[in-house]
Amino acid sequence: MLSEPHPYPGRLIIVEGIDGSGKSTQVTLLHRWLASHGHQVFFTEWNSSILVRRSMKRGKKKDLLTPTTFSLLHAVDFADRLNYKILPLLKAGMIVLADRYVYTAFARDVARGVHPEWVRAVYRFAPRPDLAMYFRVPIEVSLDRILSGRAKLKYHEAGMDLGMSRDPVESFRMFQSRVLGIYDDIVAEFGLEIIDATGDIHHQQRQVRQLTRKILKGYRGTPAEPPAVAPVEGTA
Amino acid sequence: MAAKPKSFYGHGLPKIDPASLAGSLIAIEGTDGVGRSTQIGRLIPWLEVQGYAVANTGWTRSPLLADTINEAKAGHELTVTTFSLLYAADFADRLQNEIVPALKAGFIVVADRYLYTAYARNAVMGADPAWTRDLFGFALVPDLVLYLKIGVDRLIPRVLQGKGMDYWESGMHLALGSDIFESFRNYQSRLIAEYDKLAEEFKFLTVSAEQPVDAIQTEIRSRISEHLGRRKKGKARFPALAPAGEAVKP
Repeated sequence: MLSEPHPYPGRLIIVEGIDGSGKSTQVTLLHRWLASHGHQVFFTEWNSSILVRRSMKRGKKKDLLTPTTFSLLHAVDFADRLNYKILPLLKAGMIVLADRYVYTAFARDVARGVHPEWVRAVYRFAPRPDLAMYFRVPIEVSLDRILSGRAKLKYHEAGMDLGMSRDPVESFRMFQSRVLGIYDDIVAEFGLEIIDATGDIHHQQRQVRQLTRKILKGYRGTPAEPPAVAPVEGTA
Repeated sequence: MAAKPKSFYGHGLPKIDPASLAGSLIAIEGTDGVGRSTQIGRLIPWLEVQGYAVANTGWTRSPLLADTINEAKAGHELTVTTFSLLYAADFADRLQNEIVPALKAGFIVVADRYLYTAYARNAVMGADPAWTRDLFGFALVPDLVLYLKIGVDRLIPRVLQGKGMDYWESGMHLALGSDIFESFRNYQSRLIAEYDKLAEEFKFLTVSAEQPVDAIQTEIRSRISEHLGRRKKGKARFPALAPAGEAVKP
C-alpha cells in the first residue's frame, strides 16, 4: 500500500523526473556505488515487462490508445513487474532501484486527462518506496538534453496524441510543462526528495548517495551477503 | 416513464459527456456456459427486424488486448491484480472505441458480460472489492442488465454437453478441488453466489436460464421490449432506421 511503509527487509529506491532530467544517469551511478559496497541490487524500469509489450506497440503504432487505456496498460506492466521483479526481491532483502514509479502515472496520465483520484486508486496496491527522488529540471534544459542526443522526440513523450500542436518540439513543451506542474504537487503530496537536476552531475550524485545512506540505516542485506561494508562518508 | 440519463460509476472517461449518448446499453450477464452467446445470437437479428441498429461487444474482445490476454492465460502466471488490470484495459478500450461511438450514433449496444463479471471473479479470487470498483470507475452504467441465472447442478450437464470444463472456468488456478469436476462445482457455485448478490445490489433483471432456450429468448425479448417502450414514451431518441440488416456499424 502506497499509504504506509512496506514491511519487507529490502529497500526500494525510485527516481522520478521528466525525460531529459538526467535521472537515469543518476540511478546508474547509484547502482555502481551500492554494488561496490557488496549490496545485491536489482534495477527495473517503467514500461518494460514483456506482458504488455505487444499491446503497447500495437496501440502506439495505430494510435489506438486513449488516456484511460494508456494508463491501464502501464498499470498492467507495473503490476506484473511488481509481482516478479520488485516484491520477491524486497522480501529477499535486496535493494531495488526503479527508474520511474507510480508517480510517473500520477503525473503523465493526469496530464493526459484521467482523473487524479482514479489513477491513485488504480495503483493503491503499490508499496511505498523507502526513498523517492524527483529530479527537477526546467523544460528548456530537458529539451536541449534530448535534442542533442537522439535528435527526435518520441510521439507520446511529446504528448502528440493529445493534438495540442503539430510541431513535436512545441507539443513536448506544452505537454511536459503540464507534467512538470503536476509533479510539483505530487512532490508535496507524497514527500518526494527534490534534486536540482540542472546542477553538476557529480554534485547531484553526492546528494543522491547522502539520501540513500539515510535509508540504509539498519539495513541488513540478504543472508547471502558478506558482512556489509558500511558506506563510508566521503566516498560519494 | 422517461428514460434515465446515462452516468458513469465513478469518474468516467475523460471528455465524454454521458448525456450525449443517445442509444441504449444492454448488458447480458451470467456465469460461464450459461448460454449468453446463444441468446445474444438470436436477440440481435430480432432487434434489427424491429428496426433497431445493434452493435455487439464482448468481454476480452478488444483488438488492443485480446492477444495479450490469451497469451497471459496460456502462461498461467498472473496475479488477480494483473488480471484485473488487463480486463479493465480491455474493457476501457471497447468502451471508448466501440460502445461510446455506437451509443452516440443511437445504436443499441448488446454487451456479452459487463464489469459485474470482474466484480464476481475478483470477489471469488480474493481481490479487494473496493479496489475493483474504483478501478472500473470509468465504466458507463448500463440501461439494462439481464442476468441469466442458473443453479450449479443445472449448469454442469450444460457445460459437459457443450465444450466441456475449461481450466479457467473451473477455477483450477485457485486449487479449489481434488479434480476438475470438484473444482468446477466449487468455483462456479461461488461465482453464482456473487452474481446473485450483485443482481440484488445493481437491480439486474433476472431471467431463469433453467428453461428451454426458446423460453429464455422469449423472456429476454419481452424484458427488452418493455425497456425500449419506456424509452420511446419518454423521448423518441432512436433515429428512424433503414430496413433491418442494412444498419452500418459505427
